[in-house]
Amino acid sequence: MTNTEEMASEENGEKWILRLYVAGQTPKSLAAFANLKRICEEHLAGRYEIEVIDLLEHPQLARGDQIFAVPTLVRKLPPPLRKIIGDLSNTEKVLVGLDVQPRR
Amino acid sequence: MYDTEQSPGPARIELPKSPTGIQGLDEITLGGLPGGRTTLVVGRAGSGKTLLGIEFLVHGALDFGEPGVFISFEETPGDLVQNVASLGYDLNDLCERNLLAIDHVEVSRSDIIETGEFDLEALFIRLGYAIDSIGAKRIVLDTIESLFSGLTNTGILRAELRRLFFWLKDKGVTAVVTGESGEVTMTRHGLEEYISDCVILLDHRVDDQISTRRLRVVKYRGTVHGTNEYPFLIDEGGFSVLPITSAGLLHTVSSERVSSGVERLDAMLDGEGFYRGSTIMVAGTPGTGKSTFAAHFLNAACLRGEKCLYFSFEESPDQIVRNMRSIGIDLAPHIESGLLEIHSSRPTMYGLEMHLVMLFKQIRERQPEVVVIDPLSDLSAIGTTKDVKVMLTRLIDYLKTNRITALFTHLLHTQEEMAPSDLAVSSLIDTLIQLLDVESAGERNRGLYVLKSRGMGHSNQIREYRITDGGIQLVDVYVGPAGMFMGTARLMQEAKERAEAQARNEEIAARQRELELERNALEARIAALQNEFASREEELQRMIEAESRRQKMIDAGTRAIERLRKADDDKKVQATRGETGVER
Repeated sequence: MTNTEEMASEENGEKWILRLYVAGQTPKSLAAFANLKRICEEHLAGRYEIEVIDLLEHPQLARGDQIFAVPTLVRKLPPPLRKIIGDLSNTEKVLVGLDVQPRR
Repeated sequence: MYDTEQSPGPARIELPKSPTGIQGLDEITLGGLPGGRTTLVVGRAGSGKTLLGIEFLVHGALDFGEPGVFISFEETPGDLVQNVASLGYDLNDLCERNLLAIDHVEVSRSDIIETGEFDLEALFIRLGYAIDSIGAKRIVLDTIESLFSGLTNTGILRAELRRLFFWLKDKGVTAVVTGESGEVTMTRHGLEEYISDCVILLDHRVDDQISTRRLRVVKYRGTVHGTNEYPFLIDEGGFSVLPITSAGLLHTVSSERVSSGVERLDAMLDGEGFYRGSTIMVAGTPGTGKSTFAAHFLNAACLRGEKCLYFSFEESPDQIVRNMRSIGIDLAPHIESGLLEIHSSRPTMYGLEMHLVMLFKQIRERQPEVVVIDPLSDLSAIGTTKDVKVMLTRLIDYLKTNRITALFTHLLHTQEEMAPSDLAVSSLIDTLIQLLDVESAGERNRGLYVLKSRGMGHSNQIREYRITDGGIQLVDVYVGPAGMFMGTARLMQEAKERAEAQARNEEIAARQRELELERNALEARIAALQNEFASREEELQRMIEAESRRQKMIDAGTRAIERLRKADDDKKVQATRGETGVER
C-alpha cells in the first residue's frame, strides 16, 4: 500500500475498525485502552471505531483472530489485518504497526 | 485403567500415572507419564514428537476414558487430521464425540508488533476454554517454542511459560509439551528449565545410511524408570517402543520337549529333542543346510498345531516354499492354514534396532509358539557386536518369558572357529548345533554335532547328514583311525566292511563244511566199528551157545552113566567130568 493510496483512503473517510482484546480490567488492559483512545483521537479522529473484547467473558473469540497474548490490538479494517501486542505505550510503534501516517 | 487422581496402595505411595497406551513406553516408564503433571518431549524435526502427543491423546480418549486437547502451534488442524489418518486415527470423529479438541495457535512474526507490557493470558483462556469444553484430562502443546519465534520479549515469555506450567498443574491435566532439540541446551529455548517432572528425548540417527529412532527417558521425578535408550518404530500401526522385559533371568522354564523335526537329531539330543521355550542356534558355513533344519523344525511344529513365525532375511516366502518343497518339506499347507507366517525383508532395510522392534511387534501381535530367524547373522552385520548382544539379550529374554521356542540360524564365515561376534551371541543360546563342511578326498560332505545343549545329556558324536528328497537324513557313522569317514570314503568303508563280512561268512561256511565232512567220516568209522563189533558179538554168542549145548549133552551123558553105575560119588562124578572136560 503506497502513501498516496493511504492518504486517499483517509481523505475518502474510510473507517478504521480496531479491536482490542483484553482479559479483565487489568492495569495493562486499562493502559492499552487509554493509549489506543489517545492515539486514535490524535491521528484518526472521527474515522475509527474501537471494539473491546474481554476474553474472560468471551473465551471462544480468542480463536478467530488467533489471540494468545493480551492486550492485543487487531486492525480489522482497512486490510490487511495487523496485530499489535502490548499496552500500546510506545506511540511511534503503534502508528507504524497500524500503518497510520502521523498528522504533523 | 489407571486412576490419575488417587494414589493407590497404603504401603507405598506411588506417583499417579497416566498411561500413554504406546506399546513399550508404558513399560519403560512403569505405567505412563506423571499424572496431572507436565512431560517434556524433546526431539529434532521429524523425530516423532507430534505423533507421540497425538497417540497419547487418542489412546487416552479411546482406551482410558480421558478426553484430550491438542494445541498445535505449527500444523493446522486440517493437516494434522490428514497426517495421522494414515495411522488409522480419525481425529474428526474424536472431535465430534467430544473426546478431542484441536486448537491451532498461529504465531507468525510477520504480522505481529510488540509494544509495551503484555502477558499470555489469552493463551491461558484458550487452553482453559478448550479443556473445559470437553472436560479434558490430557493436553498436548506442540510445539510451544513457536512462541519464541513470534515474540521478541523473551523476558515476559519465559515468565509466562513458567506461569503456564504451574497453571497446567493447577488444572490437574496431564500435559505433554514438545520442544525442538537445541545446540547447547536440551531444547532450543531451554524449556527443560520449567519442566522438571518428566523429560523424554526422541532421537533419530543415521548410522551407515541406516536410520534408527531412539527414545530415552532423561528424567522422571519420583519414580523409577528405564534409563536406557530404547529404539522405537513409527509405522502404519503408529508408535511402538522396543519393550524391555524383566531385566533379570526370572523366566520359568519348561521341561517339555519339542522335536527338532529330524528324527535322528532328536536321538542325539537325549532322544527327545529341544526344550520348549529354549533358544536354539544352528550355525554353519554357507550351504550347510541351515534353512533346511529350520524348515524341518517349523514343519514339525506346524504338524503339532503350533503357531510359527518365520523371519527370513535372505529369501522371499515363495522362494522358501519352493526350495523346501524340493526336499520334501511342504510348508504351503501350513501357510494356508494360518499356522505359519513368513516375513521376508532385507537386512539393510532398517537398522538393527528397527529390525528387532519389527520382530517384537510381529511376535507380540501373533503370539506364536515357535519363532525362526534365518539368519541371525544378517542382523549382526548391521550393528556392532555390543549392540547385537544387547538387543539379542532383550529379544531372547522376551521370547523366553513368553515361552516361545526360538531357532536362529547363523552363518559362519570361517570353517573351524566361530568369530568373536558369533561367540558373543552364542552365550545366550541354549542349544547350539554346529554344521560342518568336511572337505576330504576331493569332495565336500556335511557333518553336524551338538556343540552344547543345556540341561540334557547330548551326543558328542559328529554325524554325517545328507540333504535328500526326503529332507535331512543323518547317516550312520563310520569312524576310522584317521577320523570319521564321510561321503565316498564312507561308502568305501562300507564296501570294505561288506567285503570283509562276506569273506568272514565264506570262511564260516567253509569251516562248517569241513566240520560236516569230519563228522560224516567219524560217523562212518563208528558205524563200521559197530558193525564189526556186532558180527563179532554174534559169532561169540554162537560159540557160547554151542559150547553150552555141548555141556548139556555131556551133563546128560554123565547122568546116564551114573544111573547105569548106580553110583553117587560126587567126587568121582566131578573128577570124571573134569577129566572128560580136560580131555576134550
